[in-house]
Amino acid sequence: MKSAVVVFPASNCDRDAKVALEQMTGKQPHMVWHQDSELPDVDLVVLPGGFSYGDYLRCGAMASQSAVMKSVKAHADKGGMVLGICNGFQVLTESHMLPGALMRNAGLKFVCRPVGLEVQETQSGFTRHYENGQRVTFPVAHGEGSYFADEETLNRLEGENRVAFRYAEGENPNGSARNIAGILSEKRNVLGLMPHPERVVDDVLGGTDGRKLFQSLIETLS
Amino acid sequence: MKARVFITLKNGVLDPQGKAIGHALNGLGFESVGEVRQGKVIDLELSGSSAEQAKTELKAMCEKLLANTVIEKYEIELKG
Repeated sequence: MKSAVVVFPASNCDRDAKVALEQMTGKQPHMVWHQDSELPDVDLVVLPGGFSYGDYLRCGAMASQSAVMKSVKAHADKGGMVLGICNGFQVLTESHMLPGALMRNAGLKFVCRPVGLEVQETQSGFTRHYENGQRVTFPVAHGEGSYFADEETLNRLEGENRVAFRYAEGENPNGSARNIAGILSEKRNVLGLMPHPERVVDDVLGGTDGRKLFQSLIETLS
Repeated sequence: MKARVFITLKNGVLDPQGKAIGHALNGLGFESVGEVRQGKVIDLELSGSSAEQAKTELKAMCEKLLANTVIEKYEIELKG
């Protein structure tokens, strides 16, 4: 599996993503600068967490206009896989590659702690190694992660089984609609989620629940 | 030409910041304050003199970048 991690100014989880990909795939991912208009030949593009462009205007808004995003869209349009984590999820909604928006946390506070999630959908290249309903713990670290979409969109997402991860009962850290933590695109080749699977691939870092996401990708893409 | 764009959350979209501002105002003794909604103002300078063209362009700017129309609405004001 060949992968690339996009680096925006003020991305700060790009190296976490790189280390996780290296560890899981045994291969170095390409690090792609946001001004590069062409992507290398890869199977997976990761949009990492961080505060791209200082969160100016809205989280992810400036990054969605950057040169590299045209290529990321083209990659997804051809069926290539895209994983957006935290700020990466915000970039995906701002780019209209995923529906809805991420808003200020309902409690107004930046939340940085492990949260319990339920894997809601295993029929995807990102989640096939998990069990349906499996409880996992991923860390979250965001101030603007409250998922919002109109009722019709929420119903459609649920109807099409595109809610990949939900915050477990009582664990919703940000007021997200219907406890949504991560969603799939219509073609199921784009996943955006607020929690950080790349931070739980090694026991030394406090957990390994994220490994199955990368194992799913490796199996899907090799 | 100068323009001012007002960006506010759509009705029905939860605004926790507005709520906190309202609570704080109540706490300061402004008991008349009910619901508060906050937003942002963007001032722009534009070249060209056609108001019609400016409005069309500003609308496109709002749709493409200035507002996220999933959650926000916008109003455009042109100033002389």
